Amino acid sequence: MREVDPRPRVSRRGFLRSAAVAAPAAALASGAGLPVGEAWAEGGAALAPAELKTLVKMARDIYPHDFLGDVYYITAIRPWDAKAAADPAVRALLTQGVRRLDEDAHGCHGLPYVQVAWEADRVVLLEGIARTDFFKKIRSDLVVSLYNQPELWPKFGYEGSSADKGGYINRGFNDIDWLPKV
Amino acid sequence: MAKFDLNDDGLVVIVGSGAGGGTLGSELAQKGIKVVILEAGARHNMEDFVNDEWASFAQLAWTDMRTTSGSWRVARDFPNLPAWIVKAVGGSTVHWAGASLRFEEHEFRIRDHYGAMPGANLLDWPITRAELDPWYAKAEDRMGVTRTNAIPGLPGNNNFKVMEAGARRLGYKEVHTGRMAINSEERHDRGACQQIGFCFQGCKSGAKWSTLISEIPRGEETGNLEVRPDSMVLRIEHDAAGKVTGVVYADASGTLQRQKARLVAVAGNSLESPRLLLNSASAKFPDGLANSSGQVGRNYMRHMTGSVYGVFERSVHMYRGTTMAGIIRDEAAHDPRRGFAGGYEMETVSLGVPFLAAFLNPGAWGRSFTSAMEQYPRMAGMWLVGEDMPQETNRITLDPVAKDKFGMPVASVHYDDHPNDVAMRNHAYRQGAAIYEAVGATVTYPTTPYPSTHNMGTNRMSANPRDGVVNKFGQTHDIRNLFVSDGSQFTSGAACNPTLTIVSLALRQADHIAGAMQRREI
Repeated sequence: MREVDPRPRVSRRGFLRSAAVAAPAAALASGAGLPVGEAWAEGGAALAPAELKTLVKMARDIYPHDFLGDVYYITAIRPWDAKAAADPAVRALLTQGVRRLDEDAHGCHGLPYVQVAWEADRVVLLEGIARTDFFKKIRSDLVVSLYNQPELWPKFGYEGSSADKGGYINRGFNDIDWLPKV
Repeated sequence: MAKFDLNDDGLVVIVGSGAGGGTLGSELAQKGIKVVILEAGARHNMEDFVNDEWASFAQLAWTDMRTTSGSWRVARDFPNLPAWIVKAVGGSTVHWAGASLRFEEHEFRIRDHYGAMPGANLLDWPITRAELDPWYAKAEDRMGVTRTNAIPGLPGNNNFKVMEAGARRLGYKEVHTGRMAINSEERHDRGACQQIGFCFQGCKSGAKWSTLISEIPRGEETGNLEVRPDSMVLRIEHDAAGKVTGVVYADASGTLQRQKARLVAVAGNSLESPRLLLNSASAKFPDGLANSSGQVGRNYMRHMTGSVYGVFERSVHMYRGTTMAGIIRDEAAHDPRRGFAGGYEMETVSLGVPFLAAFLNPGAWGRSFTSAMEQYPRMAGMWLVGEDMPQETNRITLDPVAKDKFGMPVASVHYDDHPNDVAMRNHAYRQGAAIYEAVGATVTYPTTPYPSTHNMGTNRMSANPRDGVVNKFGQTHDIRNLFVSDGSQFTSGAACNPTLTIVSLALRQADHIAGAMQRREI
């Protein structure tokens, strides 16, 4: 069977140059396994660096994929900053949501959300806000903004567009070789 | 290409260009009758389609506001997206998967065959399978359905092979790559399937039949068919005698136009067709057009539906190749010993990573969800599609608050599962899981119904005008020159995919309309 190569096909250099300026998903693709650094959260139009970092941590805790670097979660979350800048109601929703999450974290652990060490403990905090508008909006946006990044599809064994490659008629549409004979 | 005058009152005006409207318009044009099709959506060519689920959704899907209520989970997860259907020339034939099955004989007479069922509103069709068979044959030839007309079946992809192996182990007999309106070899004006996948996103090779690439161009070649895209019909008008005289629509610029007509055929899908009839209420018809029975909008059906995804130790790559070329038919029969009336089909299905994330378990999050997503390459998928029971209270109404950009009330969709639907779905979930477990699935996921792709009923056929909206030719009981030409005519939904039956009914209706016009009855 033809397996899917999970390695990304975009250069590391492009990633390093663009990550700090909140580049679009295509340019952000790295997969190089490098830590992203701190710069990406600076210079937001509406949200403070700490708020953006909390949202990114929250995003990873909602859809935890340990083979994905932070860059994919940052790409998914970063557009909220522009939305918050454009709409005071969105900004209030996010800042109040983050504040509530941090208050809950302080109450339980004496720490802000991002510093609570175990995912399981953070998930309990998320479950506590799961019915809030804040959580629902973040999650329903994230299920698209995370999984709709073509750069991460190969990591899930998904090949994306196929017509431009002639379909699968000669690329393994029927190459399964492990089924029992019946 | 034809271009007709707004004041030409000799035209047949069809609302919608999908399986019903597109076929009817083309067939009438080929008979020499002048037709205008008003299509709410834009016209895309197959080169414009994109192999990208969300981008394609943005290009093709009907995302105008709708509202929902009822106990179905779609109302909770997708309150403004009750149906996943297309707003574009070609309608949902752009998006459909190609499965083309004839209803069974007994599925035309469910009241007789299943008996009275509490809470349901069963009714026999005013036509029989035998009456429709010649039209089924004509439709199959026209659409190039595999396993008919000596057309070979499609080759099985990996997803099919997994389902087939499991089905054989369970002893299922009728298992094959389906009767598909997707060419397995070049035929007439369409080439052979390239196993692209993305059948739901508009076929980029043209192997799949659609009114967009097959019927409409053939109709346009006659010079008798004009298709006007970006034309949203807001209401149908009538004269003092109660005869339909034309329609008012918003054109691409939003300007209202009045198109006169000799006859109007409504084919906007089971959500928009009753909405249009209800929105056309007048002093003479205060409950909406063709609604003396009070049945317009009622008996909405959307099939039982559900999916099962199975995860294996080794790769499947379910997304490669034709999405729905695989079927198990053994459960399609009516066998009340299973604890429910009617039957269901199991058909291969696959979603890409973006759509699987959205639809596998809407609203779910955390490790159990992401663990499932990470098994994507080792996953096989099947869709469960079976007969749901018509219920009067499952219905399309006009939303009392929400209006579209032209100020017209939007469709509000209410749906509750009937206990028969629930029993059938549970049976289908168990059988689907057993099929995959028989060939080594380590885990299976019973997946909740997606927004409706099979929308049926709401203007149903009836022998007695008291019981439904249209007669056996889709002609409304109340208004002689007003027809319904889409799946909203269905008196029952049967187990199988509806498109072949919609096309067959449209071909039959075209004959009836042409004859009636020639005889000056209309």
